[in-house]
Amino acid sequence: MKLPPVDYEAPKTVSEAVELLAENEDEANVLAGGQSLIPLLALRLARPAVLIDINGIAELSGVSAVDGWVAIGAMTREYVAEESETVADALPLLAAALPLIGHEAIRNRGTVGGSLAHADPAAELPAVARALDAEFVVRGQSGERVIPAAEWFVGFLTTSRRPDELLTEVRFPAARRGTGVSFQEVARRHGDFAVVGLAASLTLSGGAISDARLAFAGLSDVPVRAGDAEDLLVGERPSAELFDEAARRATDDIDPPADLHGSAEYRRKVAAALARRGLRAAADSAGERQ
Amino acid sequence: MADITLRVNGAACTGSPEARKTLADFLRDDLNLTGTHLGCEHGVCGACTVIVDGRAVRSCLMLAVQAAGSEVTTIEGLAPDGELGTVQQAMWDSHSFQCGFCTPGMVMQAVAFLSDHPDANERQIREALSGNICRCTGYQSIIDGVLLAAERSASSDPAAPPNASPDPAAPPNRERRARE
Repeated sequence: MKLPPVDYEAPKTVSEAVELLAENEDEANVLAGGQSLIPLLALRLARPAVLIDINGIAELSGVSAVDGWVAIGAMTREYVAEESETVADALPLLAAALPLIGHEAIRNRGTVGGSLAHADPAAELPAVARALDAEFVVRGQSGERVIPAAEWFVGFLTTSRRPDELLTEVRFPAARRGTGVSFQEVARRHGDFAVVGLAASLTLSGGAISDARLAFAGLSDVPVRAGDAEDLLVGERPSAELFDEAARRATDDIDPPADLHGSAEYRRKVAAALARRGLRAAADSAGERQ
Repeated sequence: MADITLRVNGAACTGSPEARKTLADFLRDDLNLTGTHLGCEHGVCGACTVIVDGRAVRSCLMLAVQAAGSEVTTIEGLAPDGELGTVQQAMWDSHSFQCGFCTPGMVMQAVAFLSDHPDANERQIREALSGNICRCTGYQSIIDGVLLAAERSASSDPAAPPNASPDPAAPPNRERRARE
């Protein structure tokens, strides 16, 4: 369908964008890559009075490494992050997830900040951000706030960003030495949203697991960390039995949604299988990176 | 309404599209370039794929006003003198289409992909075209056509990627050449 009539603003700076957001409050949608928002407009699932297009704000694009963190500007396109050597070196989990987003033409327009602000619980980047404890930098008229990933995702397509705030940057902690990662997902077709997805990261030191991170996509209205399984893993040596037990713990208590793509029971089984596979793959790649 | 200027298939174009008008509708309705097809109008089918500043994008998921200042290549830009480009000719020779509705999007996606990956193998080509839906062919003949295009451009001149317009945003160290 054609898009509904809508006003359009194209600010050149973050301050201008923030001012426009404050003027329009609940009536405005921020337009970044548009790969989710424009379909929502076409399907009349979003009806903003005004689009605030941030594509012209140069300061919002770029990848930079500072003090053990990698900061990614909210308007950084997914293909730019995919091709970034900084991301490949310091954020292997993000690098593993990026090629699974949609298709090439989608990643050519879609942005890292846009995906994380849209907060689709089945999408790849929210699971990565949750697994890595990313930090979200938002700017409003009263200044800047930094929101941890655990507090960023509050519900289906909903974040803790206030309507007058703009997501400007997402910061990811750089992977430590000995870290191995894996992004696993099951989707009906390559490029589709995952029925279940899993971001897994294991850090090995001296042969034992010193840090374990597991975050699922598609199991709830927000990405879900498997804290019990992580606690079990830390301090242990990688083994098939350990990973089987971790997968069981990670999926015992979950209550996944059911829809035409899969029943709750199916999702639970897929989640457990992905946990086993993801942990093995992460342990293998951690061994290689030591 | 906003006045915009952009380049389409090498020619400067101006227009005053409403903000809500997609690039696809601007190309089709305002510039009469109806070779760009609209299937789903919400970014699922890939039929409306065009090349913007050297990269394949879905023109139904981009506003026309966002293309201001850009270099856009549509299917019409691949054969301005009526002579098919490398990808088009190879797809013609491989019977890569039946009804032809998805073909412009397939061709544009393939042209953009091969210009970046001239040595692409079958698996990579399948991956690159995975976002474009065809309801007739079963895809095999499309893959055959794009593979043939890759082989032909490799054997004719290893430095020459298949036809694509020059990309002003391309990194300077990447070899690219304008369509002959």
